[in-house]
Amino acid sequence: MAPALAWLVALMVLPCALVLALAFFRRGIYGGIDYTFTLENFALLADPLYAGIFLTSARVAGLATAIAVVIGYGAAYAIAAAPRRRQPLLLFLAVLPFWSNYLIRTYAWIVLLNREGLLTQGLRLLGYTGEPPSLLYTEGAVITGLVYNYLPFVILACYAPLSRLNPELAEASRDLGAGRFTTFRRVVLPVTLHGVAAGAVFVFVLSIGNFVTPALLGGGKFQMIGNLVYAQFLTANDWPFGAALSTALIAIMLVLLLVQARATERGAGQAREATDG
Amino acid sequence: MAEPAPAVRRALGAHLALVFAFLYAPIAVLAALSFNDGGLPTVWTGFSTKWYAALLGNAEILGAARNTLIVGIVSTAIATVLGTALALGIETRARRGRAIEALVFAPMIIPDIVLAIALLSFFSLLGVPMGLHTIIVSHVVFNLAFVSAVVRARLKGFDWSVTEASRDLGASAATTFRRVTLPLILPAVVAGALLAFTLSVDEFIIAFFTAGSGRASTTLPMQIYAMIRFGVTPEVNALAVIVMLVSVAAVTLAQRFDRGMVAR
Repeated sequence: MAPALAWLVALMVLPCALVLALAFFRRGIYGGIDYTFTLENFALLADPLYAGIFLTSARVAGLATAIAVVIGYGAAYAIAAAPRRRQPLLLFLAVLPFWSNYLIRTYAWIVLLNREGLLTQGLRLLGYTGEPPSLLYTEGAVITGLVYNYLPFVILACYAPLSRLNPELAEASRDLGAGRFTTFRRVVLPVTLHGVAAGAVFVFVLSIGNFVTPALLGGGKFQMIGNLVYAQFLTANDWPFGAALSTALIAIMLVLLLVQARATERGAGQAREATDG
Repeated sequence: MAEPAPAVRRALGAHLALVFAFLYAPIAVLAALSFNDGGLPTVWTGFSTKWYAALLGNAEILGAARNTLIVGIVSTAIATVLGTALALGIETRARRGRAIEALVFAPMIIPDIVLAIALLSFFSLLGVPMGLHTIIVSHVVFNLAFVSAVVRARLKGFDWSVTEASRDLGASAATTFRRVTLPLILPAVVAGALLAFTLSVDEFIIAFFTAGSGRASTTLPMQIYAMIRFGVTPEVNALAVIVMLVSVAAVTLAQRFDRGMVAR
C-alpha cells in the first residue's frame, strides 16, 4: 500500500501542486519562469479574449452534456426495460466503443463529416446537387464528437439507478391515478436523478478540458480551454498563465463534483426507499 | 423496473437501435474503408488488403507499435502489483481515510491535459530527461488507480474468515497471500490488468506531453494523431482497425474474468 501511495504522491500530488504554484509566478522575459509572486495570471483570465474562450468552452461542454444526457437516459431506460437476461449484453455493447482509442473514434467523424465525406455522399445519393454543406470544423462537429465519445458513460451512469428501480413504486403511482408521463416525471425521474447528475458532471468535466476533439473536429481556429492550456505550454512558452488556466479547470471540476455529491446525498435517501424492489 | 406499455416499449426499442447505430456506424465505416483499394473515403474502388500490408512495411509505425507495447506491458505490470496492494491495504486496514480514497480516485477525474502538463512541468523542473521511461511512470498513475478500483470492487464481498483460518493453521502472511488471498482475487487482478493495458495502449495526451522531443519515444496514439493532423494516409484506417481490435479483445477478455464489471 505504501509504495502505491508514494507513487501517487510523487507523480500526481506533487506535480499538481507544482502547477498550482507556477500559477503565482511571473513569466520570464525569454519564456521560462521568473520566481516573483504575482496574481496577474489570474487577472488575465478575466481578459475578454480568454473569458470568451471560457464561455465558448462552457457552451460547447454544456450542449454536449445536455444532448448526451437526453440520448443516454433514453438508452439506459430502454436497456433497463429489456428482459433481465439480455441487459448485461446490451450494456456491454453500449459501453464497448468507450474502450477503443479516443483519437480513432474522433477521426471516424472526420471521415463522416468531411466536405466530400460520407454524409455529403449520402445527400448526393438522395438527389442533392448543391454546394456540399460545411459540416467539419464547426462547433456542431465538436459537440457531435464529444457526445459520441462520452455517451457510453452517461448510459452506464443512468442505468445503475434505473435498473434498481422498484416496479411497485410506479404501480403505486398508477394506482393513485397518475398517468404514465406524470409517473415518470414525479416518481421515476427524481429517484434516478443522481445517476443523471453523475453522468452529466463526468461529460461536462471531460468536455470542458478537452483539447483533442476541438483540435481535430473544430479546425485550427476553434479554441477551448484545453487548447489554450496546450498552446501556453507547448507554443507560447508561458507556463505560469497555462498553470493559472489549469487551476481554473480544476476549480470548475471541484465545484461540479461538490454539487454532484450534494445531489447524490439528497437523492440517496429517496433512492433507498424507491430501489431494491 | 416496471413493465412499459407496448407503445412505450416500441419507442424505447427504436431509440436504443438508433443509439447503437450512432455508436457503431462510424466504427463500421472505418473498418470498411480500411479494405478500400483506393483508400479515399469518397469512392469505393474495390476490395484490397494492401493498406494492412503497407503497415507491415512502415518502419515508423512498427517502431511506435513496439514503444506502445513496452509502455503498456511495463506500466501495467507495475500498476497491477501496486494497485492490488493498495486495494488490499484500503479494504483490510481500519484506517480508511477519505483522503486516501480521494487520492486513489483523483487520477480518474483530473482532466488529462492538467495531469499531462503537471507531469511535464515536474519532469522539466527536476531536469529528468524524458522518453519512454517517463511515459511509463506517468501511465502507472492512472493504471494504478484503475487496477485498485477493479480489485476493490471484488474485495467488497470478500470473506476474510478464510485468511484468518489460514493464519490460525500456521501459515505466514506471505503464504496466506500466495495460497489463499491471491487465488481468490486473481480474476479481478487479471481483469484490472487487462483493462489497464487497454487504457495504456490507447492513452494519448499524457504520453504526448511526457515523451520529450524526438521520434524515439513516439507511441501509436501519438503516431495516429500526427497522421490525422498532417494529412491522412489510408494506412491510418487499417491501423485504426488493428488498434481497435486489440482493445476490444482485451476488454472482452477482462469481462470474462470479472463478470458484471463493464466500465471503469
